[in-house]
Amino acid sequence: MAEIFKKGLRNRSFVIGGVVTLLFILIAAISLLWTPYPFDEVVVSIKLRPPSGDHWLGTDHFGRDVFSMMMVGARNSIVVSIVAVSIGAGFGIPLGALAAARGGWIDEAVMRFNDFTFAFPALLSAVMITALAGPGAINSIIAIGIFNVPVFARLTRGAALPVWQREYIMAARVSGKGGVQITLEHVIPNIASILIVQATIQFALAIIAEAGLSYLGLGTQPPNPSWGKMLSEAQTFMFLAPHLAIFPGVAIAAMVLGLNLLGDGLRDVLDPRLRRQR
Amino acid sequence: MTVFLLRRLVTLLITLMVASLVVFLVLEVIPGDPAAVMLGVSAQPDTLAALRAEMGLDLPATSRYFNWIGGLLVGDMGTSYTYDVPVSELIAERVVVSLPLALFAIVLSTVIAIPVGVLAASHHNKPTDISVMGVSQIAVAIPNFWFAILLILLFAVKLQWFSAGGFAGWQDGFWGGMKSLLLPAVALALPQAAILARVTRSSVLEILGEDFIRTARAKGLGKSAALWRHGVRNALIPVVTIMGLQFSFLLAGTIIIENVFYLPGLGRLIFQAIAQRDLIVVKDLIVLLAATVVLVNFVVDMLYVVIDPRLRAGNHG
Repeated sequence: MAEIFKKGLRNRSFVIGGVVTLLFILIAAISLLWTPYPFDEVVVSIKLRPPSGDHWLGTDHFGRDVFSMMMVGARNSIVVSIVAVSIGAGFGIPLGALAAARGGWIDEAVMRFNDFTFAFPALLSAVMITALAGPGAINSIIAIGIFNVPVFARLTRGAALPVWQREYIMAARVSGKGGVQITLEHVIPNIASILIVQATIQFALAIIAEAGLSYLGLGTQPPNPSWGKMLSEAQTFMFLAPHLAIFPGVAIAAMVLGLNLLGDGLRDVLDPRLRRQR
Repeated sequence: MTVFLLRRLVTLLITLMVASLVVFLVLEVIPGDPAAVMLGVSAQPDTLAALRAEMGLDLPATSRYFNWIGGLLVGDMGTSYTYDVPVSELIAERVVVSLPLALFAIVLSTVIAIPVGVLAASHHNKPTDISVMGVSQIAVAIPNFWFAILLILLFAVKLQWFSAGGFAGWQDGFWGGMKSLLLPAVALALPQAAILARVTRSSVLEILGEDFIRTARAKGLGKSAALWRHGVRNALIPVVTIMGLQFSFLLAGTIIIENVFYLPGLGRLIFQAIAQRDLIVVKDLIVLLAATVVLVNFVVDMLYVVIDPRLRAGNHG
């Protein structure tokens, strides 16, 4: 672990991506204890103010402090994305591992299930869930999570299949270990690096998906701030206060860029065979 | 080859059937009484009864499902509760916005990405390549709806070259309609182009190391002639695969972008239908969009055969 970290420190993508990601996580964590102003404090007399010493990123149409809202927005965005990716990995990895271990009709069924879920982008699932149960953060978590399941299932299956052909798996079989035990003790640790890299990339995609759903009003609901919702509100006041349309977008792009760089760096550090041509 | 085609076709049909079944279960069976969901808690009993009768809710779920699917197959998608017109008519009105928008975005992203990707690969590790990779890394991270807002800020609010939204329609000619779709298509195309350029670059780089490129060069072909005549075509397979996989993102993007620019397309329709709880429209649209994703991926599979003649020889079947 220490060696991986040492190798990582020599990788530019890993360092920049890691620092940016950690910064956002830190901001989200701090928002639990402190924000410059309460994020939902309405002071209409100072509405739509540009950035200043008092309000670093200005105020919105209700006079709320944009910086405080963005801090809490970071928290919501990160929580939704982590839970959604965990759902995707939690269901997808066992499904993919099962398909690789058993083969035959189970493999076929898992792959067809993947084809089917692929037909529903997160947005369509979210639309369907919202039509039924109304909008909300939980629904966006479920929708993004469902979209992540086939990604992890496909990747796990593809990576696990060659591992099952290895001699040490044969040895484990001869020693009487069952499929589940071999998967847990040998297959998953061998493909963990690929899964970690993919989780980072999916995390970045989930941040964008969450922002998109919130922009459309299907995700995080007011008064809870979210970067996507802030952008949709900013659009209404674009002629009066264009700065409102800038900061949340910069935050989304910076966080996604950070995660993508971290993913690239991790790929190089954890598995040099996967290193893309440079 | 034929076996490969048949297998893909059977998978396609099964996927479509399961997708329609899930949409039906989620929107018609799980709610218990979809008419009550549509009309809300304050609905009058006689209105509720009338809607139930109109939706055929007295029939068992299986008959309703088959009636629905049978209708879809002959273009009868039911009648919208809110607009009181056939859903197919609503879709036909909106598809003339959404389809050109999606196609415009695909064309734009391809026209930008492939030359840029090839350019980066042919200048591997040089400043051109490094700049292309840097810009594309940033472009991938920018959400398309934020990029759309930035385009509005610059071209509509500041420069006032375009309107901030809305659709002029096709009645004033092709260019009038295209002008309304230009900014939305650019917003949709940017992240797609960035991903495609990266895939094209790495695919071309891989091909450049192959023996047949060396042979072409040894025969006296110049670097760029060898690259364009032999390299790019071979590098296109992964690019087409990614284009197919990206289609679902493009579709989702279209739904969001239509809402950013207030374009009267299918994406706006689906949101209006949700707001009005018009489950009939929502159900038809979701199946239509899911079927489009599945069909496009089927077409992409077929495209491999066009691009790669080796597949025509029967390696797949």
